[in-house]
Amino acid sequence: MISPRYHREIPQRYRLEAGRCADCGEIHFPPRAVCRKCGARESTTVVLPNRGKVVTCTVVDIPPAEFDDQKPYVNAIVELENGVRLTCMVAEAPPDAVDIGTEVELIFRRLRCGREWEVLQYGYKARVV
Amino acid sequence: MHGIVGWGSYVPRFRIKVEDIAGQWGADAAAFKRGLLLQEKTVPGLDEDTITISVAAAKYAIARAGIDPREIGCCYIGSESHPYAVKPSGTVVIDAIGAGPECHVADFEFACKAGTEAMFVAYSHVKSGVMRYALGIGADTSQGAPGDALEYTASAGGTAYIMGGENVAAEIVDTYSFTSDTPDFWRREGEFYPRHAGRFTGEPAYFHHVLGATRGMLEKSGLEPADFRFAVFHMPNGKFPLKAGKEAGFRQEQLEQGWVVNLMGNTYSGSSPTGLAACLDVAEPGDRILVTSFGSGAGSDSFVIRCTDRIKEIQKKAPATRDQLADRRIYLDYGKYVAYRGKIRMNQL
Ligand SMILES: [Zn+2]
Repeated sequence: MISPRYHREIPQRYRLEAGRCADCGEIHFPPRAVCRKCGARESTTVVLPNRGKVVTCTVVDIPPAEFDDQKPYVNAIVELENGVRLTCMVAEAPPDAVDIGTEVELIFRRLRCGREWEVLQYGYKARVV
Repeated sequence: MHGIVGWGSYVPRFRIKVEDIAGQWGADAAAFKRGLLLQEKTVPGLDEDTITISVAAAKYAIARAGIDPREIGCCYIGSESHPYAVKPSGTVVIDAIGAGPECHVADFEFACKAGTEAMFVAYSHVKSGVMRYALGIGADTSQGAPGDALEYTASAGGTAYIMGGENVAAEIVDTYSFTSDTPDFWRREGEFYPRHAGRFTGEPAYFHHVLGATRGMLEKSGLEPADFRFAVFHMPNGKFPLKAGKEAGFRQEQLEQGWVVNLMGNTYSGSSPTGLAACLDVAEPGDRILVTSFGSGAGSDSFVIRCTDRIKEIQKKAPATRDQLADRRIYLDYGKYVAYRGKIRMNQL
């Protein structure tokens, strides 16, 4: 049960909200308190584009137990249209459908079911366009 | 003028064919296809549910409406498969689409009619002037017991409607509802699969309410079947809506565009709203559309809709329903299908 953390991360996980440094314009995803480039502490919220390309990917054949029903699946690092990179699962795709350069869109999916008494967790995944 | 300012359907990519279900049970696939007028149905992915389907449909509706989601005053989701027993699906959906926190949220239930209920109430809010935009969604990931006739039809998908009073693409001209206590289909708390009363589901339930609502709607609005380009009736299978449409006086050509059931199955709360979306996707200014839903228990909501000039401007701003039905289908065999639908007990982790 990681409900407090899940709740805190809703803006980034649900709506792709990133932080844009007020001084140098660097975009951080997830948002950071201090800019990793210039050290500034002020930032504004920007929403990331939901299209991008796979930078690299890997097939997960032996996943953690709770994702066992979805194996084999692909995890990918995706570079979005504005250059921001993030890591996520690729929904729906058989492993041979995803490769470096594959165009993807980010979609909203259920990430974790957990056990019957736990909160369902949602967030972004990629899918081949 | 008040009505639809944006709509969006979401169709999952997974499918199972009638042959694959029939083959599993030693049933006659050809007879089922003939009887149900259905060739395949949608199946939700392992990471899809009524919430994710609602989010995808709502995002398409927002794209068509071209509005700031923060101006949406309410989010009502009609479904028979809300993921939580206690915690509204809408709480997750408004945060995912950026409509919160100033938003009135409720989940609706009324078997397959819950989607048009959500639309009905959303429309009433904008018509009364209480809010600028209102979101009503019908979505489901329905289940039929293994081997039951419902297993051939129960499917997944949904459609979202944003109602408003500015930039209306399809005016809601009039509404009508028709409801009675009819025990055709039910599920008591704690039961996993619903029960249906066999033949009782046809005449006294579906046809009585669908035709009652449709005839009432025509009489109230002073219109005749010939005044409409399209008509959509709830699609529990392929046969019922065509039979109801013809009995109400509509011709086959008026029924075809919204008849998505042969490729989609019965998406319960998403059924007639998705049929309407398929019509809006191709409608011309001035076209009238009649929609009548049906929910067991039982009741029907009927709408008279008239498209405006605006409709041509927004049709292409999001994926069309029939394109999603045709594109990128991923077929599952029966073994994969039961695993996807959680119908078999796996070892506990
Ligand atoms: Zn900086």
